[in-house]
Amino acid sequence: MRPQFNFFKNVDKITIFLFFCLILIGWINVYSAEINENHRSIFDFSQSYGKQFVWIVTAIFIGIVIFTIDMKFFPAFAFIIFGGIMVLLVGVLFFGTTVNASKSWFHIGPVAIQPAEFAKYATALALARIIYDNKSKSRTLKDLFKPLLIISIPVLLIFLQNDTGTALVFAAFVIVLYREGFIPGWIIILGIFAVFLFVLTLLINEFIIIGALTGVSLIIAFFLRKKPSSVRQLLAIMLLINTYVYVVDYAYEEILQPHQKMRIAVLIDETVDRRGAGYNLHQSKIAIGSGGLTGKGFLQGTQTKFSFVPEQGTDFIFCTVGEEWGFVGSIVLIGLFLTLMVRLILLAERQRSVFSRVFGYSLVSIMFFHFLVNIGMTIGLVPVIGIPLPLVSYGGSALWAFTIFLFTFLKLDSRRLDLL
Amino acid sequence: MQNPHQSSEISSRRKNFIIFFIVLVGLIFLARLFYIQIVDHRYKIFASSNIQRIITDYAARGLIYDRNGELLVFNEPYYDLMVIPGQVRQMDTLEFITLLGITHEQFVNRLQSARVYSRFRASVFERQISKNTYAVLQEKLFKYPGFYVQPRTLRKYPHPVAAHTFGYVGEAGPADIAREPYYRPGDYIGISGIERHYEEVLRGQKGTRIILVDALNRDIGSFQDGRYDTLAVAGTDLYASLDLELQLYGEKLMQNKRGSIVAIEPSTGEILALVSSPGYDPNLLVGRVRSQNYRMLQSDTLKPLFNRALMASYPPGSVFKVANFLIGLQEGGINLHSRYSCPGFYRSGGITVRCRSHPQPVNVVTGLQYSCNTFSCIQFRNTIELPKFESMQQALTTWRDHIVSMGFGVTFNSDLSHELPGQIGSADYYDRIYGPRGWRALTVISLAIGQGEIGTTPMQLANLAATVANRGYYYTPHVVKAIGQPDNLNPEFLTRNVTTIDSAHFEVMAQAMFETIESGTGRFSRMPDISMAGKTGTVQNPHGENHSAFIAFAPVDQPRIAISVIVENAGGGATWAAPITSLMIEKYINREVKRTWFEQRILDAAF
Repeated sequence: MRPQFNFFKNVDKITIFLFFCLILIGWINVYSAEINENHRSIFDFSQSYGKQFVWIVTAIFIGIVIFTIDMKFFPAFAFIIFGGIMVLLVGVLFFGTTVNASKSWFHIGPVAIQPAEFAKYATALALARIIYDNKSKSRTLKDLFKPLLIISIPVLLIFLQNDTGTALVFAAFVIVLYREGFIPGWIIILGIFAVFLFVLTLLINEFIIIGALTGVSLIIAFFLRKKPSSVRQLLAIMLLINTYVYVVDYAYEEILQPHQKMRIAVLIDETVDRRGAGYNLHQSKIAIGSGGLTGKGFLQGTQTKFSFVPEQGTDFIFCTVGEEWGFVGSIVLIGLFLTLMVRLILLAERQRSVFSRVFGYSLVSIMFFHFLVNIGMTIGLVPVIGIPLPLVSYGGSALWAFTIFLFTFLKLDSRRLDLL
Repeated sequence: MQNPHQSSEISSRRKNFIIFFIVLVGLIFLARLFYIQIVDHRYKIFASSNIQRIITDYAARGLIYDRNGELLVFNEPYYDLMVIPGQVRQMDTLEFITLLGITHEQFVNRLQSARVYSRFRASVFERQISKNTYAVLQEKLFKYPGFYVQPRTLRKYPHPVAAHTFGYVGEAGPADIAREPYYRPGDYIGISGIERHYEEVLRGQKGTRIILVDALNRDIGSFQDGRYDTLAVAGTDLYASLDLELQLYGEKLMQNKRGSIVAIEPSTGEILALVSSPGYDPNLLVGRVRSQNYRMLQSDTLKPLFNRALMASYPPGSVFKVANFLIGLQEGGINLHSRYSCPGFYRSGGITVRCRSHPQPVNVVTGLQYSCNTFSCIQFRNTIELPKFESMQQALTTWRDHIVSMGFGVTFNSDLSHELPGQIGSADYYDRIYGPRGWRALTVISLAIGQGEIGTTPMQLANLAATVANRGYYYTPHVVKAIGQPDNLNPEFLTRNVTTIDSAHFEVMAQAMFETIESGTGRFSRMPDISMAGKTGTVQNPHGENHSAFIAFAPVDQPRIAISVIVENAGGGATWAAPITSLMIEKYINREVKRTWFEQRILDAAF
């Protein structure tokens, strides 16, 4: 028998260290971004940084509580937790309050809770359980049905809350499904190629692309003229791609709503609409760009301080990092995230239980998606989608959700030698 | 079924691909960051052109005119040099401090204290820079990022009069800011007088503009097309009830004298002139010389800051007989037929009150006309000892209530600051001193002639004259006639305060006061063309020469002005206060004074 209370014995120290680095960096930068001259104390609870401190302390407490839970609880209660959160997602549609056009918040006294943040965790649990239960070990597209069903329920509900950003996060589960063999590699490659073509279509007139593709295909076809079957395949693929390019262009021009179109347009041409849709991005890039190599120093940022950059403490927190800590600070923060994600992948790979591995990959996937979109948007590589930077951005729900996510996985990892 | 070995190989490949993809994204981010943070310098230029400056547009305070539309108070522009410490960069400090004429130590200290207040909010660096400095500085400002010039206005007074009435303006202190969040450090707020009472009317509404300045400290336009700007709204003008000419004349007459003049329009309660002498030039208490001048005025032994008209409490002396006779008539202590002979003194129970020689016998009219102390004491004692009163306490309380209804012993709560109530002896007061049974009418007989436990302010005395002029009521004396427009009357003071004495008795007193001027103690100040009613007073002063007091109103039938004059240490009321009163009345009603010898005598006098 192991002693009852060595919860922390097998916990991965590196991950714990990275976790504390990130929440500390987050808290300091939230303070710098939101500092109110009349309430300078970082512990002033009337201000967001004071509240963030409370969120951090409670998050750590919740993390410790999770360590004390028996690991068997998580697979056993996966569906119940999932069901509970789905009920909350439905409930918020009726009883929630609207913040920034998204009806996704419960207001309980002074505290606002966003169930969608916890839906990611619940979906990860349910997905891990589904794949764990699939004893056949077969990994075909047919077996994809149940996992996709699990993922689509929260996506649908969150779409109904008009919170497109959070709903998009669930696309990250593709990485899990790829790792588990549900999705063949060529689909991933195809997807990346499709995104590449999509961007190209927006940059260059679609007829030039179609013309170039047709030209190249005809030249290759000329050299393959001895093999008619290959030529037929080639021409079919060419036709398919050309159709895709045309549809993308049509969809962009005709189907996307003007504000969505604008979010993409400002990425491509930064001179577009600097006072309107391009404003956030332009100001965000100015803030980060003006940081230079070593930054302006703690509390010395001029762009984030004077509210040029919107949502400084939440979605655009990276601006403060970039402005005040410069390129060096950016390297440190991105380095910490990369280290954490790679570390989590390695931890996931060493699991003996499919449940734990799938859960670990889910964590990495969600975190990666947030990382990709959040930092990407501040530097103009990804359209502006309002999702927080994990553990760093101001906000209780996201911090709690990621802490619970991370500590649940660390708990599973610490018991990886026990049979599940 | 997949073979387990192959499966683990595939898994490993997929794991590596995922890691590769994540690290690739990280590297793309870093490459992008390298480009925008290090290679591309445009963003640094954008950032420096992105410096926001919040400019407060201070609203001009409302102007103050007199009752005839003459300008009394206006605003004069000046400039403050402001600093936002967070935007200060490397600069030529030596040139800067030479320009401002400050030491390097002062420069460092001021910058430091501004930084302590706020890095990102503006603080005043140098107050009220001179026009010359402003001209030079304006050209060189581009060299000093973080500094800018803020236009402000200060009060200016074309005539150096009525300083106490206007009051003054100063910077809002921590208490003001805590009380009302509208105020920010550096904002102006009315501290006393009209400026204080009408602060919310006069101040208007300040506005804010957010402008962007570039790295060279140049204004490059408004932030987000002025979406967050608010316009300043100028303060509302006031029309003071003062008559500038009369005020000027009053201050001139009071030169080299200590004392006060209060003139009221009886039909409205509007104060026509309010003189406290010695006064001071209101221009002294403006701007950065204010605190220094304030200390100087404060240490002056003649107490120019002390508003005698509202705060000095004198025993009113014989002037108070008007009030006492009214109470006697009302309560029945005397009537119109009561006649007494005066032996030149009043003596009872070992107490003697002296009187002068005058025609005999005296009734209520001639008693006032000749200011007979004997008649005053008899009527007072008769009234207090009326059998209907069950006790001394009840009698004195009844007397006191009548006095209070005429505006004594309490403040008017007018729009003037620092009003004091004076004091009127009460039954409680005498009980405390003598014990409940230890006093009787004779104990307090000095009240009959306006001496003893009694203190009244010049404004209360002027109000008594106005009350007699109105035959029994008064409007709260006030100094602002209209707000915004000359015909938009100040709504605060439109209620009539009715005394507890019947109007008929006031008619008797008005007649007696008229006789006082025609052929009584005040005949020396009689004017041939204006009918005046008045009452002299000589206030016994244990500390020196008696104070000269006088109240009056004119014309007797259609009173347009009621007035009180007190000249400290000048002697008899008829000798100084009454002539000043008559000159004031002549000035107000005829707009010019013809009795030049009479006037010159006053101007030459000094006490």
